[in-house]
Amino acid sequence: MLKITDLVHSYGPHRVLGGVSLSVAEGELVSVVGPSGCGKSTLLRSVAGLIRPSGGRITLGGQPVERTPDDLAIVFQDYSRSLFPWMSAANNVALPLRRKGLDRKQRREAAMAALDQVGLADAGNKYPWEMSGGMQQRVSIARALAYRPSLLLMDEPFGSVDAQTREDLEDLVLNVCAHHGMTILLITHDIDESVYVGDRVVVLTKSPTVVAADLVIDLGRIRDQIATRQLDAFVRLRAEVGRLVRGGGTGHTTESTSVLEKK
Amino acid sequence: MNYARVLRGAAGVAGFLAVAELVGLSGLVDDRFLPRMSVVLGAAAGLVADPDFLADAGATLTVWALGLLLTVALAVPAGLLLGTLPRAEAAVRPLIEFLRPIPSVAVIPLAILLFSDNLHLKLAVIVYAASWPVLINTIYGLKDVDPLAKETLRSFGFGPIPVLARVALPSAAPFIATGIRVASGIAVILAISAELMAGGSEGVGVYITEAASGSRIDLMLAATLWAGLFGLVADVVMVAVERRLFRWHHVRTGGAR
Ligand SMILES: Nc1ncnc2c1ncn2[C@@H]1O[C@H](COP(=O)(O)OP(=O)(O)OP(=O)(O)O)[C@@H](O)[C@H]1O
Ligand SMILES: [Mg+2]
Repeated sequence: MLKITDLVHSYGPHRVLGGVSLSVAEGELVSVVGPSGCGKSTLLRSVAGLIRPSGGRITLGGQPVERTPDDLAIVFQDYSRSLFPWMSAANNVALPLRRKGLDRKQRREAAMAALDQVGLADAGNKYPWEMSGGMQQRVSIARALAYRPSLLLMDEPFGSVDAQTREDLEDLVLNVCAHHGMTILLITHDIDESVYVGDRVVVLTKSPTVVAADLVIDLGRIRDQIATRQLDAFVRLRAEVGRLVRGGGTGHTTESTSVLEKK
Repeated sequence: MNYARVLRGAAGVAGFLAVAELVGLSGLVDDRFLPRMSVVLGAAAGLVADPDFLADAGATLTVWALGLLLTVALAVPAGLLLGTLPRAEAAVRPLIEFLRPIPSVAVIPLAILLFSDNLHLKLAVIVYAASWPVLINTIYGLKDVDPLAKETLRSFGFGPIPVLARVALPSAAPFIATGIRVASGIAVILAISAELMAGGSEGVGVYITEAASGSRIDLMLAATLWAGLFGLVADVVMVAVERRLFRWHHVRTGGAR
């Protein structure tokens, strides 16, 4: 569905992406991990048509991405700036649904349902600035999920919530993805998470960034927070991603320079 | 605005009035030139029941409201246009920077020559003078819109016009409102200045001119007092409306509690 070929991007003289190639099949959830500053957000913005990359090709369903593709939603890393402070949480979630041709009542209902899913059933009338960071982050997740895009881009979507909520949100995304056949590209700093939610994990290098590894996570589609994480296969994959992120090759550990600044 | 502040402000005003009254009583100032404060206040109270003054005040109020309305109707769209088209803005910026510092009252003689209709004249000078803060604030407000907020809506597939209407405009609204409030004060000044300089048949400025020619300095000052009071009340009301409407903005910028 999504095909990225030799994507190159520079900010001025600073080359961030050095030729990233990656494809995502319909209905697949691909996790992307990589060191801070390697250009993960840049990659996402290019896919969303928000910036014009310096080079390379991005196609979506065979069509080159030139402007923002239709039927796409993003959960921005900077979630608090992407919420509209003059609107309540419910209205923030409901606004994009105008594009879906829903009437006012339907939009309201869909928004409340999505807020309920992220555990904010009672916060619909709150304004973003009345909410904690974790709550704001969940509103922006609810907004993207309510939109039911065919392609969902998430940039470190669970960074500001507690461990329990994080697990709930991971499962929510997996469920919604399965039910509505969404294709998801999810950026995370958390190696454990990348394996748990991913059908594949793509590991990026430091900039100028290329794909260091592209691992298939063959854990089946049904994941369980406790059982899955106990599987030998899970533990093995997690260790492998960990090594790759640290800059080592598959199967052996090289120098211990941690390229991942925060985990 | 809290209670203690209001109280202190009231004390300041009362103190000023008392000192002014004492100066009048002391005989330092000849009260044919400067009537005592109590006389002025009495005259001001009397004006409320004076049909001539009320008609003049109504006329000035109408001109003020019409002028402000026209200003908003012209300057906000112009600001939106310039705020979204940086090249157009760059082209007119020098003109704006040149015209804006010219004291607005200085254009009144020109307007007197250009307009035969008294109402048109007043509206023209009000719109000319009051447009600047609205225009500048609208442009500034649009520049201040968080690009990520715009990108968010764009990513959901909204085009440039919906993004302008749903993100840029609400986001710039608090700035625009402040511009309109400043414009309101300017409109009062220009309305009365135009009435003073261009004459005409009605208006607080005309009332003041006539009181002066009758050497009724107490009435002059009383009418001036009402004009000042009107400007003050308009400002206070608009501040209150802004705080209510744009609570999200003031909370974020720490402007209000
Ligand atoms: N608009 C910009 N102008 C100039 N440089 C930029 C811009 N955006 C990002 N960069 C630079 O490009 C590099 C990659 O940024 P990007 O935000 O894509 O990284 P990231 O992988 O998402 O990092 P993080 O994990 O910290 O979110 C960084 O060095 C950053 O300083
Ligand atoms: Mg990033």
